[in-house]
Amino acid sequence: MSEKEIKAKTETPMLDELKTGPWPSFVADLERYSEKKPAVGQLLGQLEQSYEDRWNYWQGTVLNVDGYGGGVIARYSELGEQYPDIAQFHTIRVIPPPGWVYSTEKLRELCDIWEKHSAGIMQLHGMTGDILLLGTDNKTTFEAAEELMEKGWDLGGSGPALRTLACCVGEARCEAACFDTMALTKHLTDNYISELHRPELPYKYKFKLSGCANDCAASMQRSDMPVIGTWRGAMQINQDEVGKFIDDKGIEFVIDNVLTRCPTNCISLKGKTIDVDNDNCVRCMHCINVMHRALKPGKDRGATILIGGKRTLKIGDTMSSVLVPFMPLKTEEDFTKLTDLIDSIWEFWGDNGLEHERIGEFIARVGLGTFLEGIGLEPDPQMINQPRTSPYIKFEELTGSKIDGEPEHNPAVSNEEGEMAEKAI
Amino acid sequence: MSVKTKKKMAPRDNGAPDHRPNLHPLMLKNYGKWDYHEKLRPGLLLYVAESGDKLWTVRAGSPRTMSIDTVRKICDLADKYAQGHLRFTSRANVEFSLANEDDIEPLMEEIRSVLGFPIGGTGHSLSNVLHTQGWMHCNLPGTDAAGSVKSIMDQFINEFVTDDKLPARVKISASCCQINCGGQADIAINVQHHHPPVIKPQGVGICELPKVVAICPVAAIRPRQGDDGKTTMEVVDEKCMYCGACHGQCPTMEIRDANTDTLSIWIGGKNSSTRKGPSFMKLAMWGLPNNPPRWPEVGEALQTILDCYKSSAKQYERMGEWIDRIGWKRFFEMTGFPFTKYHIDDSVSARSTFNTSTHVRI
Ligand code: SF4
Ligand code: SF4
Repeated sequence: MSEKEIKAKTETPMLDELKTGPWPSFVADLERYSEKKPAVGQLLGQLEQSYEDRWNYWQGTVLNVDGYGGGVIARYSELGEQYPDIAQFHTIRVIPPPGWVYSTEKLRELCDIWEKHSAGIMQLHGMTGDILLLGTDNKTTFEAAEELMEKGWDLGGSGPALRTLACCVGEARCEAACFDTMALTKHLTDNYISELHRPELPYKYKFKLSGCANDCAASMQRSDMPVIGTWRGAMQINQDEVGKFIDDKGIEFVIDNVLTRCPTNCISLKGKTIDVDNDNCVRCMHCINVMHRALKPGKDRGATILIGGKRTLKIGDTMSSVLVPFMPLKTEEDFTKLTDLIDSIWEFWGDNGLEHERIGEFIARVGLGTFLEGIGLEPDPQMINQPRTSPYIKFEELTGSKIDGEPEHNPAVSNEEGEMAEKAI
Repeated sequence: MSVKTKKKMAPRDNGAPDHRPNLHPLMLKNYGKWDYHEKLRPGLLLYVAESGDKLWTVRAGSPRTMSIDTVRKICDLADKYAQGHLRFTSRANVEFSLANEDDIEPLMEEIRSVLGFPIGGTGHSLSNVLHTQGWMHCNLPGTDAAGSVKSIMDQFINEFVTDDKLPARVKISASCCQINCGGQADIAINVQHHHPPVIKPQGVGICELPKVVAICPVAAIRPRQGDDGKTTMEVVDEKCMYCGACHGQCPTMEIRDANTDTLSIWIGGKNSSTRKGPSFMKLAMWGLPNNPPRWPEVGEALQTILDCYKSSAKQYERMGEWIDRIGWKRFFEMTGFPFTKYHIDDSVSARSTFNTSTHVRI
């Protein structure tokens, strides 16, 4: 920015415009609260300056609670002179109860701790799914963390580590849930708490768990490893309810909004009943969503495990893709099978991944076939949309020697990061 | 289910809080035994368990960033009406679940009068906008997110408090740098930079050079011998695609520019596997000014997109599915947005986005 002199703001005319209108205003709330905590007023002052200049005044830095490699998002204000109470203004990430459910007792406990040690701002929740507590300095960060941990709370993930897990409401309130999303979220969090607190992975790793293909946890593209509920065998159909639905909505509605919307055309009408070609149903949930009194997921439930979703840097957006089409997730052994799979993925990725290489990027670089071999999983046609169309293939069983018996000396394919990445742009 | 964990937790590795004591008593009692639900009206759902138990859930939009006072007021209402429990959704809505039907009206009244939160966000509504930290607390942002979200939700409040005015649900995200933490959405508002990073001389040396060089997806950064003999960096302009990855790695690589940064609108992203499955969002409109405090140009573009979507999409058709059906030609005609050469992909997978058939709408 230019070298103009910046003074502490006493008025916030631009932010004041955000106090009007029907949606609840964070500005109005924080302004009221600034009477108790002057730091909050200074935060609004700096924000007003940002609005005026279209410029940001936070610097990032690293601050770690003893024994932890993440969980604190440390910020220093470049306008610390003008706004001394926010010169250091850090965020603590805290792991929420799975599914973001709270008793008021626990949420009030969090409020009390936070009021005591900080500027008293909360975000419920951050994009990672963490509880975000804003407004500690270099000293109170540790005091707050200490008290949080004494009361049983724990810090969330940040940096090249396992991140805080997120899940949908699942079996706690949803009839569509095909596995216990909350229990598995708790299990994975506790099992891998060391990887969450102490960065040991090549880069960040996110799990998000949804009980069905509606994916209320938005896991497909926003997590490295979505676990999404599904079922084996036939879906449940209550033909009486189908009849009622047809009577109520009319046959045209059923044709236009159910039959023709099935991605695999596997529903047919038989009078006032329906028939589902269960072998071709891909468990997309659409018909169940629309006719939820009549249709339900089948009884033999579990989840599809996918891998590799992330946002755009560096190789462009990647959607997760199928790794295990169906995995039961009911018993202790089922959970162990999943953690065994995760362990082998992390081992192979840990040994071969480049620094800052997400698992999706790693798979794109080494190839899904190589990846499967590395983690000891058999290829499955459900992992792909179609077999390859490119004919240039190195069949390991068939290559190895030339016609005259001379050993093959193909140059190794370059795996240089820069070169690969460059091609990908 | 109790599962013993494989590794012993270190003394302060508490792990995730147990969800069970945090659940509404009826959610705990009927865990895994829910039979069906009904949308009674916008913002009000009824869940019925196999046991016959009924649980009413009221959903309200929150501003996500809240003072402790506001969070305590939420707790007060949960204590008064919702048996001392509450839940937040992935889109920062707050949900109160009620055991008693008679409590619905008084709770709704107090949500509006005490919290000032609107009730809705269910069914085919435009739900709360997912957003990032922006100027409030990020070290990288080119714009604010909370402010634009407030403006968007003010503008589309009617689409939040109703559940039948849109063909399907509309999810919006707002991100304040090109890392795009806001993620895939039916509509996403993202910052766009327009020149390579300007290397702040005073900063060179604070970051590990090899890491900065390695982070660049197109290998545009290389070390250079400075005039003073010290190693510094330079950016090859023709290679750089202004992504800002290096800025995230090292604040010296200043990618932002208050005078030139703009906003782009991307549409048609979807996470769920319903119908044809998930999809990425695509560029719809670029070059909108970064115009706080209310970003009116963004609001106008969103209004246009939503008006066209409402008038032409079929029921249950998400934004991306609608455009798949009507085609991008029709989309640009309807919205009046200019279609430019920048809308055409030039990445390695670009050809897969070309029309390789004779299917044209004439
Ligand atoms: S993802 Fe499926 S199981 Fe989970 S809450 Fe959504 S609809 Fe229910
Ligand atoms: S902005 Fe992106 S492309 Fe340009 S130098 Fe930085 S990392 Fe490389």
